[in-house]
Amino acid sequence: MIEKDLVVIGGGPAGLSACKVALDAGMKVAVFERSFLLGGQLVKQTHKFFGSESQYARTRGIDIAKILIDELDNTDLEVFLNATVVGLYKDNVITVYQDSKYFKVKAKSIIIATGASEKFLAFENNDLPGIYGAGAVQTLMNIHGVLPGKEVVMVGSGNIGLIVSYQLIQAGAKVKTLIEAAGKIGGYQVHASKLKRLGVDIITNTTVKKAVGDGKLEKIITVKLDDSWNEIPGSEEDITCDALCISVGLSPMHMLLSMVEANMAYVGELGGLVPIKSCDYETSLAHVYACGDVTGIEEASSAMVEGKIAGLMAAKHAGFIHPDYEKLENELNNQLCILRQGPCGEKIRCGLKKVGEVYD
Amino acid sequence: MIEKTGVATIEMIKSKFPKKEVLTRPKAIIECYTEIPCNPCSTSCPFDAIYIGNDINQIPRIDFDKCTGCSSCITACPGLAIMVAMIKDGKAYFKIPYELLPLPVRGEKWTALNRYGEVLDKPCFIENVMVTKKNDRTAIVTVSIEQPYLYDFVTVGKKL
Repeated sequence: MIEKDLVVIGGGPAGLSACKVALDAGMKVAVFERSFLLGGQLVKQTHKFFGSESQYARTRGIDIAKILIDELDNTDLEVFLNATVVGLYKDNVITVYQDSKYFKVKAKSIIIATGASEKFLAFENNDLPGIYGAGAVQTLMNIHGVLPGKEVVMVGSGNIGLIVSYQLIQAGAKVKTLIEAAGKIGGYQVHASKLKRLGVDIITNTTVKKAVGDGKLEKIITVKLDDSWNEIPGSEEDITCDALCISVGLSPMHMLLSMVEANMAYVGELGGLVPIKSCDYETSLAHVYACGDVTGIEEASSAMVEGKIAGLMAAKHAGFIHPDYEKLENELNNQLCILRQGPCGEKIRCGLKKVGEVYD
Repeated sequence: MIEKTGVATIEMIKSKFPKKEVLTRPKAIIECYTEIPCNPCSTSCPFDAIYIGNDINQIPRIDFDKCTGCSSCITACPGLAIMVAMIKDGKAYFKIPYELLPLPVRGEKWTALNRYGEVLDKPCFIENVMVTKKNDRTAIVTVSIEQPYLYDFVTVGKKL
């Protein structure tokens, strides 16, 4: 059995940041990534990032992925790609599935940075070809260079829905309209303004009632919602389109933690089931830590900071003190406080409070 | 309204512009209306003209006395929410961020768009297009349009 000081599950912004700090603290680390490349969702983010300099603000997500990967040039790191972690056990052993084989790895500490998966919408014919999640649209366009449709309707006005709409326009698709079930736009105003000036209508209080098409999507039927989210009869409208992109939120990929019976809580503001963790990001299982979207849906900037904290703490509790431990601990916690201040951070602050993390 | 439409009211837009006398020199117009955790406009300004402070959620405040219209902030802003405006000889000049293809070319005439994405009555003229490594794949397009469109123009639409 392979043995490591630290196993990091997930090679996205949180996992890679955790690896970096743990390596600097002197740990021997293995990172397991189910995709064929590291970087997680960053590798599809062609837009410039928000935040401050310490979270690579104004740098494009694709380039942040490169920076995080380049920082990991260290012989103490072993990277496993196309490697899905399918089991997590109480003796700090994981089972990995790679190249049609299963194998086990034992570690002093484990960091769960599995990220999130997309939520989907229930409506008639939602399995017609041409109906995608926003993540799939980004994968097709920004990794494989394939345009998912010519005339697209976006569902959901959170930052992902707004950003992917803009990327579709950049790729040459027509975004016919963006519909949002709530009464107001969910994402940043600047993203919405960017779309609006390119002629995309953003229609609130509206959802998809039905998809129509013979073998593939040909049109959708939308319906207006009242303030209690009830459909308003007679408000149905047809929109012809060959692609529908669903961007209605994310939920934490909690399965490994649930399987090993870590203490979990369902917190709506955090996107679903999340682990209860200590201020050192340790779950209810000794030496098992969690960071990034698996602990609550947020921006990648917060995931990177959380990853560094998890790496720092996992190292410390395994006897590896980072040379800049105290400075980093202060700086990183301060960065998170700042990122979560203000009206955009209200939901996450409210959610974290329910699992015992307080930001004032 | 802006929370529902993504478009600022004319009063909000005008609040981001300096007095017209000041616009005889180029000045940055920062159309950031809501608090988000972001500060590259402030950190990119070589003249310390844009203030956000330690709480990066604060809305940027610009000191038009210090702003030289250098355009550093245009491509630093991840929200593409900053342009530089100037008035000269009855025309309004803008430097805007642009991330679509094909890029405009100097000397061309393009449709001008307002914040609703509507085509304005008068076209705009492409005065310059700048693509540099520092700007990281966001082009800065300089356009001119008749001065009455100062508060309407926001970007270019199609080549005419």
